[in-house]
Amino acid sequence: MDFLLQQLVNALQSGSFYALIAIGYSMVYSVLMLFNFAHGDVFMVGAYIGFFVSGGLLALDVWEVIGLPVGVQLGLILVLTLIVSMFLNALVGMAVERIGYRPLRGAPRASAAITGLMIGIILENGNLALLGPQRRAFPELIPTVTLQLGDVSLTNKKIMIVVVSLLLTLAFHQFVRRTKWGMAMRAMAYDFVVVPLMGISINKIALMTFALGSALAAAAGILFGIAFPVLDPNMGILFGWKAFVAAILGGRGSVLGAGLAGFLLGFIEIFVVAFFPSTMRNLIAFGIILLILTFRPHGFFGEPYSAQLRL
Amino acid sequence: MEVRTERMTARGQGLRQALARAWAPFARVPLLGWLLGALLAVFIEQFLGTPIARGLGMPKIPALFGFDLVLQDLLLLPSIVAYALVVYVLPTILAARLLSTAANRAASRLLKYPLVLSALLHIGLLYAVLHVWTGLSDYRLLVVRLSLIAVIATLSLNVVNGYMGEFSCSHPGFMSLGAYTASVTTVLLFVSDNRFGPAILPEALGPLVFPLSLILGGVVASLGALLVAIPSFRTRGDYLAIISLAFMFIVKSLFENLEVVGGARGLGDQPNYAGLPTVFIWTALCIWIVNNFVRSTMGKALNAVRDGELAAEAMSVDTRRTKFVAFLFAAFWAGISGGLFAHVIRYINPDTFGVRKLAEVLAMVYLGGLNSVTGSILGAVGLNLLSEALRPLEILKWIIIPIMLILVMVFRPTGLLAFRDFDPAKLLRPMQDPSKEMSDDRPAR
Repeated sequence: MDFLLQQLVNALQSGSFYALIAIGYSMVYSVLMLFNFAHGDVFMVGAYIGFFVSGGLLALDVWEVIGLPVGVQLGLILVLTLIVSMFLNALVGMAVERIGYRPLRGAPRASAAITGLMIGIILENGNLALLGPQRRAFPELIPTVTLQLGDVSLTNKKIMIVVVSLLLTLAFHQFVRRTKWGMAMRAMAYDFVVVPLMGISINKIALMTFALGSALAAAAGILFGIAFPVLDPNMGILFGWKAFVAAILGGRGSVLGAGLAGFLLGFIEIFVVAFFPSTMRNLIAFGIILLILTFRPHGFFGEPYSAQLRL
Repeated sequence: MEVRTERMTARGQGLRQALARAWAPFARVPLLGWLLGALLAVFIEQFLGTPIARGLGMPKIPALFGFDLVLQDLLLLPSIVAYALVVYVLPTILAARLLSTAANRAASRLLKYPLVLSALLHIGLLYAVLHVWTGLSDYRLLVVRLSLIAVIATLSLNVVNGYMGEFSCSHPGFMSLGAYTASVTTVLLFVSDNRFGPAILPEALGPLVFPLSLILGGVVASLGALLVAIPSFRTRGDYLAIISLAFMFIVKSLFENLEVVGGARGLGDQPNYAGLPTVFIWTALCIWIVNNFVRSTMGKALNAVRDGELAAEAMSVDTRRTKFVAFLFAAFWAGISGGLFAHVIRYINPDTFGVRKLAEVLAMVYLGGLNSVTGSILGAVGLNLLSEALRPLEILKWIIIPIMLILVMVFRPTGLLAFRDFDPAKLLRPMQDPSKEMSDDRPAR
């Protein structure tokens, strides 16, 4: 039982990353009906931005002048890192949209998928070329505190990661549901041919979608850096493809669905490793996904597929 | 605005006219003439290449059109261009121009026999050109073989992604199945190693059994494709993309866990059966069969399914059968290309056929052009040569190539040569009928 609970905690943590990345994927997918294959690498860029921002903040001299207690100071740095990196990564996402997707409005969807794939490769190798192949250690922003609940060990990091990602997921969900911008996004997802005729700029909405998704990816990157403090340029590839799976699994146009599917993916992976050799992880995880899609071919919250003509 | 467009079209027309004028003397050269010219060029390189290269100040014959030399030393550019002119361009165009009448006569005489004969002659000539050209350096040989294998993989992916309009991500999985099956059979039967024990059959039989093991690999890949084909009846588009992606990961993971074939460490020691002739024959066979397939009723049914599944169903296209056949057919050729690849590189591991491979094959298909056999050939060969040519740039290569691909996608979203029909009869015909040589400006009856 304790073993299971322990695995549950781990699964929640790894699900948090998937959920945050999958939401960005899913939003682009529902608004533009496009796969953003660069998203995994945008996550990687977010983690690196977080690395540099936090490193820069830690190196500032201001802290000694202000003279805050160490805990408060680190907390402040963490919050600042999150905000600044989310903002910067939003700019990266907007650049991706501007370069790789806007010129292809109206082109076949697969072409945009290819440009996304290529931008991902550029980001990976641009990183390699600029920063070299060595891995980077993410600075320790929170000192680890371990809480023992029976035999289950919880660290403050794990709790923080799960809480932050849940908060971001819910905030984003509320944003999409409650605000005018969110309504515009949902309208665009409903019909991106007619809605632009109603005076809503598809370019603005697309930029915003990419910006928000990339901001969430940056948050995921920083949280990942806090949990596993090793960054390398290829870390986004597998995350990206898995988040892609989670986004589709969640169903088109559903923030909560994507989040849920992200957590589900985390659960499947962790529990497969808990009971089977770790090399079987992808085999069983994707096998389960195949099974789910066989019985629910349109994801958890998506509309069923029909062979209707889409004009 | 309008003035500018006009001016631009005028400039474009001027350029086009200049090109047309330069091309005019060669408009009558049939493919046969060009092949003969190329053959002359490669023979010149074989016998005079080294002195010419030395004379132009290069250490040796530039292996791949001198791209690597230029990137190392920009000052060599003039001599490399001169070398290309003297060795490749001039002999080719001169021979093509001088032989054009004879070549036209030969081509039209060949038309009296079945098309196969003419096609075989052209293919044989092309092989001779490649054989002589690759004979000068092992590096060329490797690049040519890998490009030809890439042609098979790209063509087979184009059947699903271009002709049938699905976004299938499963191709590395099919290639992996083919590669492992073919490797296991050849290593098991003909190689004495410590994994499968001593060789079972005498080694002399190897090259004869190799095609069978390749076909077996293709069949296994087709069987694997059932896992993607059957879900494709119920769903398509994005969910099928996920299913195919999941399939790819499952195959990769499967081989990582199969210790019999080396697990994540991979499988090596494949015998060297995939020489240039073998690879060339398989590629020619693949182009021929795939081209006939997509031009058949079944191929047209693929397009119908892509353009409107309901409409196709209403027009009595059996959509299930179409999807089924398309996936299995494509997977078969992907398996063949995987098997050949394994025997060229002579080492495979599960990671060889991962998301990198996927990005590579997808890039080739979409660069060359959807729904087009010529496009696939261009995409595969072009991307392979480009990636070899830019190899000295190391990491920058993987920034330059994606940028070029993005530009292609922006300006030609369906690829360079999309939606072309590849008609061998048209390709092989004489450009001018010798019997009407005197009266070619009179309208034909």
